[in-house]
Amino acid sequence: MGIREDHNRFRDIVRGRIRQNFKKYISHGEMIGKREKDFVKIPIPSIDTPRFKYGPKQMGGVGQGQGQPGDGVDSDGEGAGKAGNSSGEHLLEVDITFEELADILGEELQLPRINPKGNRAVDSLVTKYTGRAPVGPESLRHFKASYKEALKRHISSGTYQAENPIIVPIRRDFRYRTFRRTTKPHANAVVIYMMDVSGSMGDEQKEIVRLESFWINTWLKRNYKGLDTRFIIHDAAAKEVDEKTFFSTSESGGTLISSAYKLCKKIIEQDYPLSDWNIYPFHFSDGDNWSGEDTRLCIKMLQEFFLPNVNMFGYGQVESKYGSGQFLKDLEKGLPDEQKLTLSKIESRDKIMQSIKEFLGKGR
Amino acid sequence: MANLTAELEKERVRIEKAARQCGLDFFETIFEIVTYDQLNQIASYGGFPVRYPHWRFGMEYEHLSKSYEYGLSKIYELVINNDPCYAYLMEGNEFVDQKLVMAHVFGHCDFFKNNQWFSPTHRKMMDEMANHATRIRRYIDRFGQEVVEEFIDKCLSLENLIDRYSAYNHIKIQVPEIGLEDPKFDVENSPQKSLSQTQLKEFIPGRLPVHREYMESFINPPSLLKKAEELQRSTQQTTPVFPAKPEKDILQFLIYHAPLAPWQQDVMSIIREEAYYFAPQGMTKIMNEGWASYWHSKIMTERIMSDAEIVDFADRHSGTMAMSPTSFNPYKVGIELFRDIEDRWNKGRFGKEWEECDNLTTKQTWDQKLGRGREKIFEVRRNYNDVTFIDEFLTEDFCVKNKMFVYKFNKRTQQFEVDTRDFPEIKKKFLFQLTNFGQPIISVADANFNNRGELLLTHLFEGVEMQPDYMNETMKNLFSIWTRPVHMATVLDGEKKLVGFDGKEFHQNPASELPVGGQS
Repeated sequence: MGIREDHNRFRDIVRGRIRQNFKKYISHGEMIGKREKDFVKIPIPSIDTPRFKYGPKQMGGVGQGQGQPGDGVDSDGEGAGKAGNSSGEHLLEVDITFEELADILGEELQLPRINPKGNRAVDSLVTKYTGRAPVGPESLRHFKASYKEALKRHISSGTYQAENPIIVPIRRDFRYRTFRRTTKPHANAVVIYMMDVSGSMGDEQKEIVRLESFWINTWLKRNYKGLDTRFIIHDAAAKEVDEKTFFSTSESGGTLISSAYKLCKKIIEQDYPLSDWNIYPFHFSDGDNWSGEDTRLCIKMLQEFFLPNVNMFGYGQVESKYGSGQFLKDLEKGLPDEQKLTLSKIESRDKIMQSIKEFLGKGR
Repeated sequence: MANLTAELEKERVRIEKAARQCGLDFFETIFEIVTYDQLNQIASYGGFPVRYPHWRFGMEYEHLSKSYEYGLSKIYELVINNDPCYAYLMEGNEFVDQKLVMAHVFGHCDFFKNNQWFSPTHRKMMDEMANHATRIRRYIDRFGQEVVEEFIDKCLSLENLIDRYSAYNHIKIQVPEIGLEDPKFDVENSPQKSLSQTQLKEFIPGRLPVHREYMESFINPPSLLKKAEELQRSTQQTTPVFPAKPEKDILQFLIYHAPLAPWQQDVMSIIREEAYYFAPQGMTKIMNEGWASYWHSKIMTERIMSDAEIVDFADRHSGTMAMSPTSFNPYKVGIELFRDIEDRWNKGRFGKEWEECDNLTTKQTWDQKLGRGREKIFEVRRNYNDVTFIDEFLTEDFCVKNKMFVYKFNKRTQQFEVDTRDFPEIKKKFLFQLTNFGQPIISVADANFNNRGELLLTHLFEGVEMQPDYMNETMKNLFSIWTRPVHMATVLDGEKKLVGFDGKEFHQNPASELPVGGQS
């Protein structure tokens, strides 16, 4: 039937609309709010055919039911009426998978595909003991199965005596465990987000970080089969938190960036063997650090640990009226010509798109 | 798609027989069993198996299949006005549901065949729709999908600009015969004008017939002739307005008079024809559903249903009749009104004596045992549409019994609130909602506005304003078809406005002379 054709055409138009308004979607949070496991819901405003028509609010109407004049009318209480021949009014909300979204992002920003570092296996082998075989190493001999076989043989050959149940196994009765190797997709990329939550980072700054991290995640997910995300917040001390806390915490106090880097290093060393993982640390702050001393420590850690081992280290500096923005300058000065260090300055929401491009445009 | 199973076929024969015994008269009705996905497909095509390719059907399909999959809605029945009538049953519905649906469908089929508003509709629409599809596909092959689709989008945006109440208008337009060049529709040679031109040639204006030449200067003094000539010239300068009368069938007007390519005229005439085909269904929603519900209930309870099915039937029936606070349920209002009419005409509760009787006790026990109820509802189903139906048969008792009210939007509390339960108000609102299918009444007032070939539309203002963003977008579409500036005389924010779009931007000017109300 032609409906498939029409449906595909409709999906194409939807994709086109998303592309058209992509800039708006990137800098607005409403889409992330409607995230589900495999897809996001995107409200599309103007796919409806325009007509000369009355506005619903101007119009009012006739209803049925209880209530005195002045009582609110509950619009959810619709009965289970039959569908008629007129289609109902509905605001269009389309589901779109993360993959499609990432593809659109990639096309819009002209992002190159990421080359995973080295030849590392994307999948890992898992050994599972699943069956029985008549041959095998003694260490895998299955006692119970072997006994059953021997018992069967005794009974069928008539040598089994119920009053004297002695079972003597022979070579033929032995059964051994067999295993099967299965490949399991392995989460082989990890993104570690670090964020400064000291007093100078306001809500708007955090929102920017939230939007940016959403898009970074979407893109990396498209490129790696499995993606781990970890979150670290820091002021003068750092701690690991879950995603929700990451975006909702607000602390006051000083800023020691090195504390976050130390924790990040610890997490990598503990959980993510360098040889198996593509590692993406991202750090967002407003650029204030406690002291030049600490900044030097950070640069040293970057030089010695992070940059040789990770795919990319991203530092995004969110402009705020309290932050000095010094850290970015220090990094630029302290680590010139570092390919793996990506620095980005995000002045406002409108610059998010640019910043994403800076982070992901290198194809690392 | 499949034919009915043996059990269902047996029931179909029984139900059809019962329906005929009740006096229903319908085209041959063909039932088919479809899966939920097929049903969603057919429903998104408005009940037809083949329609022209357009994304909006895909959108409708996505919506229907989503809401079915999430358990939000389910289509029980689908029937199309065609000869023979086609109706679809969904595979896997309960047996009693299928029986109910079949009884309901026969009600619809009877209505399609006998209601006068359906009489001009194309009864071979299934074939016609397929032909439309072929024609549009051919244009797509020739001109490209984007081009054709863009034009269809524009036509659909104007789809509701037809004259619904001119049921006997020529629905079918033979476009290839009436091209732009056709002299019949040429403004220059329009009948009024050509007449005045021939008059000009034969007569000098104001000149009286003279039989003797020497009397000429006395009978027709030059000063008088000059005056008459001036008068003639001035009346000529006030060129006759075109169209002579405001035209509500704007689609037809555009097909004839907008600078369209032949294929575009054809596409627009397809859209218009389909809009006219679906119009009576919108105009008789309450009656049609009420009539079908009346008969499914009657046939099922009196003739078809087994004792074991009564609970399921009652559940389904009451679900269909459920009332919603923000919209009236056409099934409910329709069935109750038909029952009310039947009861009133059975008991003779109509006419002068009944109206003038103010003794409550007499009224309550009023029963002249006329027994004309059944006859009356058949008459009603033949001659009325929703507007006349509500206008004539909605009574105060009925509104009270069915707890009806008017609601409106309260700007202070930002919600819809019950406004009043006053009967005249309810009736007024009801009729307003139904008139022109709840669409603003718009007509072409002048196709040569400002004497510059601009298009002037007027909105017959009835107290409710149009949604401005939709209006602007629609005017853009209209502009791209008319290719000259487009104006709309309407009311915005409580003031009369003349809104114009010149291809780049919108202008709003206060307008003093607007056709407000009272215009036919």
